[in-house]
Amino acid sequence: MSISVQHISKSFDKVTALKDISFKVKEGELFGLIGPDGAGKTTLFRVLTTLLFADEGTATVADFDVVEDYKSIRNSVGYMPGKFSLYQDLTVEENLTFFATIFGTTIEENYDLIKEIYVQIEPFKDRRAGDLSGGMKQKLALSCALIHKPKVLFLDEPTTGVDPVSRKEFWEMLKRLQKKGITILVSTPYMDEAALCDRIALIQDGEILEIDTPNDIIKTFPKKLYNISANNMYQLIKNLNAYKHQYSVYPFGEFVHYTDQRNDFKKEELINYLKENNLKNITITETAPTIEDVFMELAK
Amino acid sequence: MKRFIGFIRKEFYHIFRDKRSLFILFGMPIAQIMLFGFAITNEINNVDIAIFNKSKDATTEEIINKITASKYYTNKQLIQNEKEIETVFKRGKVKAVLVFENDFSKNLIKENKATIQIITDATDPNTANTIANYTNSILRTYQQIVNKDIEIAYQIIPETRMVYNPELKSVFMFVPGVMTIILMLVSAMMTSISITREKELGTMEILLVSPIKPFQVIIGKVFPYIFLSIINAIVIVLLSIFIFKMPINGSFILLGLESVLFTITSLSLGILISTISETQQTAMMISLMGLMLPTILLSGFIFPISSMPIPLQVISNIIPAKWFIIILKGIMLKGVDISFIWKETVILIGMTLFFMGLSIKKYKIRLE
Repeated sequence: MSISVQHISKSFDKVTALKDISFKVKEGELFGLIGPDGAGKTTLFRVLTTLLFADEGTATVADFDVVEDYKSIRNSVGYMPGKFSLYQDLTVEENLTFFATIFGTTIEENYDLIKEIYVQIEPFKDRRAGDLSGGMKQKLALSCALIHKPKVLFLDEPTTGVDPVSRKEFWEMLKRLQKKGITILVSTPYMDEAALCDRIALIQDGEILEIDTPNDIIKTFPKKLYNISANNMYQLIKNLNAYKHQYSVYPFGEFVHYTDQRNDFKKEELINYLKENNLKNITITETAPTIEDVFMELAK
Repeated sequence: MKRFIGFIRKEFYHIFRDKRSLFILFGMPIAQIMLFGFAITNEINNVDIAIFNKSKDATTEEIINKITASKYYTNKQLIQNEKEIETVFKRGKVKAVLVFENDFSKNLIKENKATIQIITDATDPNTANTIANYTNSILRTYQQIVNKDIEIAYQIIPETRMVYNPELKSVFMFVPGVMTIILMLVSAMMTSISITREKELGTMEILLVSPIKPFQVIIGKVFPYIFLSIINAIVIVLLSIFIFKMPINGSFILLGLESVLFTITSLSLGILISTISETQQTAMMISLMGLMLPTILLSGFIFPISSMPIPLQVISNIIPAKWFIIILKGIMLKGVDISFIWKETVILIGMTLFFMGLSIKKYKIRLE
């Protein structure tokens, strides 16, 4: 086991950040922690990277205990905090050199590992890190976290504030790193990124709602899900919420994701109800649930 | 070791790329020493005075010559009547008016006594006081010369001799104080800010989750500032020697070693501050309020410790700057060697060890 978490709890003053969290991450796995802001993801990362003590429970990373062997862990993991945490007044190359030196290595030694990422920012290597764009900052931060060839990589919301194209590239990079045998624990508030992980844990208010592969998690969705659209989105949501048979109504892009209380949902009945409420161009089609739908269902 | 050198190199990048801290580091010492040396001074030079001579005889002319010949006074104008005295003061043209009475010379010979009135503008009490004292002393000297040939029994003339700073040059008093403040400021404030900056920017989080040891981070942070403080100390000493003609009577090596010691004391204070503050702003406020103010007020730099109320005198003992100023004055002005200042040196070493120990104990290897 690369990461093993058992019954970890942690509170700050009156706020409980983590409640009895347990999960295991296999070696070479890309494991995702999916949850909204304030779910406890960062706290969990800090416990695992030996930055915080848990109130209860034990955890090991790369077979080292996070309390007893914290020094060994600090030698063998790469950590990329949620906030951009590099030296803004140092250039790209200076940052990378600095992190290589404090980990007792050089850029040349592990260049093959970071090559694919670093070549993209290499043209800007003399630019100060503070002047980079969001996506480039993330690539630099990832390079810095990887420069010492860590066994386990902790990425706390690496794609927050990054444009969609860079996000896609970033995940492709993670997939490649995973093939090199690095265990990756990544957290994200974006549900669409969850599908790219091997396994995910859905986390909310410090509790794990579900742990499984993305596909199996989607299978747990208990109801039939419908995409509904009409000419007036706001009116549509309002009317659906007022509909007596509704089970859940969530806006989802240009559609509203709708589930019905009854097992024998009658499409015509709902269309007539909506027409009575002056809505036009109504379409209702069955659709496959996504991780977001499961999350909303579990969080209900 | 390579880690450590890498860390120090990074620190120098930070310092040299931050124009503001560079300015504080090198602009401040020069500005302060110039300010204290030239602007804020207790001595008087070329003070403008007016003279109202009612008798106009040989003796008064001689006294006037004596007074205006000194570098303290410039005779700005001669006054003809009483009314004018007020006018010149109101215009602010002169700081003092000397009034010689009628028949000055005659009275002196006949009654052995004559009067000069010294009127000073006391809106600036310090200057007024000094002018009065200086004038008295010039007159006394003149009196002695005149009386030399005449035998007067039991004449007691007080003779004051100022030692170490015979000319009462205030800049000589300020140099040790300014040097202390600069070393304190550079060392304590800059280190505490640079450590808390890592916390604030989140880079401390990465440094913690790395094999670099806490003491390496601290020494790495402190090292560049020891180096810069020494440069600053040298600049201050050179300025005071070449611009203010200040004599350094003691050994330069001892002066250097003591300065390094005090720098380390201040650095350990800076580290201590950084362990208890989370943001750069807090660190700066604590450094300014907690270190600078006591250093300026309670170290004996501006206000003599002996004239403070007893509780403040007791408190002044825990101010490292007090001991360093004693050491500096000893070496610079009195030219003493270590045997005279070993006690103060031991106190500083003790304080340094205490602050270091406390910082190591308080240094967090985690985020809490």
